[in-house]
Order: sequence, then structure tokens, then C-alpha cells
Amino acid sequence: MTVTEGVPTTETTHGDVVLSAKNLVKHFPVRSKGVLRRKVGDVHAVCDVSLDLKAGETLALVGESGCGKSTTARLLLGLIPVTSGTVEYDGRELTTLSRNQMRPIRSEIQIVFQDPFASMDPRMTIFEIIAEPLRVHGLFAGGGRQRVKDLMAIVGLNPEHVNRYPHEFSGGQRQRIGIARALALNPKVLVLDEPVSALDVSIQAGVINLLEDLQEELGLSYLFVSHDLSVVRHIADRVAVMYLGKIVETGTVAEIFASASHPYTQSLISAVPLPDPRKERTRKRILLTGDVPSPVTPPSGCRFRTRCPKFATELDEDEQQACIVEMPTLQQTDTGPTQSACHYSAPVELL
Amino acid sequence: MTIEMDATRQDLDSDVILDVDNLTVDFSSDDGPVRAVRGVSYRLRRGESLGIVGESGSGKSVTSMAIMGLLPRTATVNGAARLNGQSLLGLNDAEISKIRGNKIAMIFQDPLTSLNPVYTVGKQLAEAVLVHNKIGKARAREQAIELLDLVGIPNPKQRVDSYPHEMSGGMRQRVVIAIAMANQPDVIIADEPTTALDVTVQAQVMEALESARKETGAAMVLITHDLGVIAGHVERVLVMYAGKPVETAPVDDLFYSPRMPYTLGLLGSLPRMDEARSHRLTPIKGTPPSMVNLPPGCPFEPRCPISQDICRETEPELFQLEIPGRSSACHFHEQLVDAEAGDVYKTDTAEAEEA
Repeated sequence: MTVTEGVPTTETTHGDVVLSAKNLVKHFPVRSKGVLRRKVGDVHAVCDVSLDLKAGETLALVGESGCGKSTTARLLLGLIPVTSGTVEYDGRELTTLSRNQMRPIRSEIQIVFQDPFASMDPRMTIFEIIAEPLRVHGLFAGGGRQRVKDLMAIVGLNPEHVNRYPHEFSGGQRQRIGIARALALNPKVLVLDEPVSALDVSIQAGVINLLEDLQEELGLSYLFVSHDLSVVRHIADRVAVMYLGKIVETGTVAEIFASASHPYTQSLISAVPLPDPRKERTRKRILLTGDVPSPVTPPSGCRFRTRCPKFATELDEDEQQACIVEMPTLQQTDTGPTQSACHYSAPVELL
Repeated sequence: MTIEMDATRQDLDSDVILDVDNLTVDFSSDDGPVRAVRGVSYRLRRGESLGIVGESGSGKSVTSMAIMGLLPRTATVNGAARLNGQSLLGLNDAEISKIRGNKIAMIFQDPLTSLNPVYTVGKQLAEAVLVHNKIGKARAREQAIELLDLVGIPNPKQRVDSYPHEMSGGMRQRVVIAIAMANQPDVIIADEPTTALDVTVQAQVMEALESARKETGAAMVLITHDLGVIAGHVERVLVMYAGKPVETAPVDDLFYSPRMPYTLGLLGSLPRMDEARSHRLTPIKGTPPSMVNLPPGCPFEPRCPISQDICRETEPELFQLEIPGRSSACHFHEQLVDAEAGDVYKTDTAEAEEA
């Protein structure tokens, strides 16, 4: 279950990978009601997820709400402890480090949150918000003041506004403040958790362009968590699609959108409405039935089989048996360019 | 400022089911009146679907709330809204209640807050039916089951006794659609019906809405910020900015040849899933204006790449274009024939946002 380059012929030397996760598992306990709060089950939020983030690339983690994409991002940052699995950054294992050991590494892996209204202390000025990471890491003395102003200029804010408060800024500007704060410590990896989902389209475009520019200028690696496939197609180099705690398909952005092999990826792509009336009228939709099963008791075998259109309509009973009994592993497909976790992967052209 | 959507079809005026004429909504605030809606006019024909697009704060929701009589008393509503010739504004509570949910119905964004958590969905559906029809409870329950079936809820006989919390977001929104369809309304106003839902569920819910609409023949006003949803589900589009329509057009024309810089900017700022990354997005600089003390001139002028002196002085009317059914509120709409977003909006310069 490793997300590596789709075609093994390209140079994949180990040095390229900056952040690597192996077999990540996260279970959250479900507790009973009453005083004792006994543990009665587990939410299988993330199950055996492996991924590699390479220097200078954007890896998009895509999926619908509750699929575990944000949890995976937080596990990589060490914001919540893993149940099992390893996270390696620059050759160091992160999951076993103490808080003190972790602190210097945090300066290199930063996060931008979805909601720019909730991720800032309303009582702090913009100056204090951006200076805080510098102070925490003892880098403020000597040039900290100038650094804050430089950061504001980098993200396209007027440095004269350093003494304003978050409520004086619009959503797009606040998201830029969040990005400036994340950049304060010169990180190598930026985890972007739905960074543009709360913004109007005309504002969103500016933030996307900013992120692209920053990556080019500063050589950042992005882990881009999003549910919006249009944004992902625009910004990502590689895509990993998640469903119910597992990665079901991965490939380069061109491979995924041109020839998705997993039925879930296919239905996801076909469900996204296109801002093009003629294409919309002629498109064929793969409609899913039912809802995402509970992650407390995920289905046996393939987790997608309860909603899978292929399982329901194309497979005979013998073939279905494999989906029910055997959990498909993420592997290179014979017929398509992507890695897909489906027993009956077949690429389909959807766009 | 009436928008004649199609000059050649004057004779079909009897077809108009919902006629909104120069509707304005003001709210009072400490800083003076907030002019949330500043003159919206449109005509909706029987069975037609109209999309209203705009960003947050453009007044698209307030317009529909005013039509439905759902605004608080503090709001000042002027203008006219007529459903089948009958005025909807200025009716008292009892009078509007006879129409609302019967002839005109509304679907809201958040299905969890528009359903009552302490009653089963069957009871809420039956209530919608019983309010406007004198039929027995048993018959109402049968109708509730039929309605659930219509919007594609599996096992409607069992599901009719579920509470809203036992259902997923997509199912709840289907129930809300079923309630809206309960009395076969002539007009249905859907305000961001799928914004809170995941894409695969969104596709299901829009499908359910379309099939329910086919069944009842209702006309629809679809309010959304998602241009993708608009592209696939409406015939005509009205783009709103700062409380006013700034462009109206049949859906194809709007997407393929927009004639207002704002529409052009919106389309240019959309990342496209159907195209490989080849171009930079063209964001619109700045933010929408405050609706208190709007300066004279075009409200889009501070953000507009082609603005000139006249734009600061006079606010453009909604000009009728040479093509029937099209209008644009831009002094320079003629310059925008065949314009590309990338040419009009300069993308290479720094995209600093002024505060």
C-alpha cells in the first residue's frame, strides 16, 4: 500500500522523499453512555495508509467528508498520536519523539487550516499572530520585526496593516495571514487542509495562485487536503483518493483524470459538475446509491462494495465473492497507469 | 429596470408564473440602511428553471426570502412580486401561509435546521400535506410514503417513521425536497440545496430534485454560488452583484460569451476539472463593497479591470443587448464581445489585496 510514482522508471531515489508515512492506522474509541464510559468499539478513521511526499511536489489527498483525509494530515504532523505505523521526515522517525524532541522539527512542517476565521486569536494583532511562531522558536530577536513585514509582502498583504486585528480582514486576506504564519519558520513541507474551501471563487483563485507562486519561489512541498477535484486538478502533481480510511487509488494528476481505474474515483470525477453547459448536457453520470457506511463497522473485503456500481451491476456472484471476502490491495493496474485498490480495476475516460 | 428576457415572446405573458418587479430590501443598522437588494426584476415562466448566481452577500438569498415573506419585520421590502398575478408582498401571516408551501415552496441549504428534530419525517411530510388539504391522516401518511418514494428514498414504508437524526445529510435534503413538492407547487425556490453535501451526494440530490420537478411540472429558481451546478440544471441565469442583477442570459450564452466583466472574472477564476493545468487563474482583485453607503457609480468599479471615469460617476442600467434575452449592466459591454478572461484581467502582475 505505498503511494509511489506511477511509473517506476522515473528517478525515485530515496533522497527525494521528504515526508513518508508507512502503514498509518488511527482508531478513535467509541465509548458507552453513562458513568463508566466503557470502550465499546473503534472508529476506524485511518486504516493502513502509506504515502510519500517528495521535495517540491504537491500531493493531493482527496475524498469526501469522513474519509479520514484530515486525520491523515494531522497524523503526519504529529498533532494526534498514531495507533500504529510510522512517519519519517528527513530520515527521522517522528511518531516516537517526545514533545521537546519534536519542537525543532515542527518548524519544518507547518499547517494551514481551512477556516481562517477560527484559526486565529481575535485578540492578537496580525503582527503578533505572524510573530508568534518566531518567538516560540527563539528566532524573533534580531530582525523579527522586519521578517513579519517581509512575510506580509510575500503573501500579498500590505505591510502597513500589521497592527490590525483579524476581524478587519476579509476571508481571503485572513487565509493569506494563515499562510504567512505557516511560512514564518521557513518550512520545507506545508500541509494545507482545505485551504480555499471557505472562500468565494473570485477570492479563491488569488489564494491558489499565491500557493503556486510560493511553491515555485521557496521550493515547498505541499500536502493538499481537499474535497474539491477541480482545485486539485489545477494545483496537484499527484493525487491519492481516499475512501473510508483507505487510499483507493493513486497516480499523477494527468493519469487520475484521464484514466481513473477505481470505481470510486470514477464516480467521484463524474459527480463533479462542470461549468460548461454543453459538456454537462452530454455527460453520463455514474450515480452512487446509498451512503458511506459507518467507519465503526466497515464492510468486509472491499470497503466500497456496498455502494460500488460495478459490484452491483457488472459482476456475477462468483466475482462478487472476491470483493466480499478479500480486501483489495493498492497495486499497479495491468490495464491503466494508476495504482488502484480494486479487484476489477479498469480505466475509464470520463472527461 | 424590468428584464424582458425574450422580447419575441410577449404574447406568452400569460405563461409568466412568478413576476418579480424592482424588488428592494433594506435593513436598518447603526451605520445607516443596509441596502441588501437594490432592484431585482425577473419573470419566471411555467415549468422554467432560472439560476441566480452570486458570491456571499450579493443579495441572492435575501431576494427569495423577501418573495417568500420570510424576512423579519425590521426589513423594509419594496417593489412587487406576483405569483400567478397575485401579489405576495404585504400579505398578512394567514394569507401568505395559504400560498407558501402550497403554490410556492422553498428548499434551504441546511437540511438539519430545516427539519424538526422531535418529529418523524413522515409526520412532517403529512403536516405539509394536511395544512393545505382536507384529507384524513391515513391518506396523508400514504401521500408521505409516495413522496419519499418520488425523491428516491429506499424503503419509504420504513423510512417514513424515522427521525431526521437517523438519516444522512443527503437523505434529509431529499425529505426537504419531498416536503417542498408535497402540494405540487407552481414554483420552487432552491437556495443552495446541495452546498452542504459531498459531490457524489450532491449528484444524487440534484437528480432527485430534477425527477421531482418533472413529476410536478414546477418552475424552479436555483440559487447557488456553484457555476457547475448552474451549468447543468437551468435554462436562464441571472448574475447578482452588490444587490443587483448585473447580467442575464440563457445559460449557454452566459458561459460561452459573458458580457459583464464580473461574470467574465468569475468564470476565469474557476479551476477547471475538465482541463489540464495550462493557464493561471484570473482572480478578481479586492472584495465586494459594503452595502452601507454604497458610493455612486458602478459597484464593481473598484475591482473592474476595464473601468473608466464614467464608471465612477454613473451606475449602469441593465442594458438590453442585441441578442434577445440578454442584458448586461456594464457601460462597456460592447468591448467584451469574444473577450477572454485572461486578456481582460491581467494575471502577470502581483495580486496584492488591498485592505
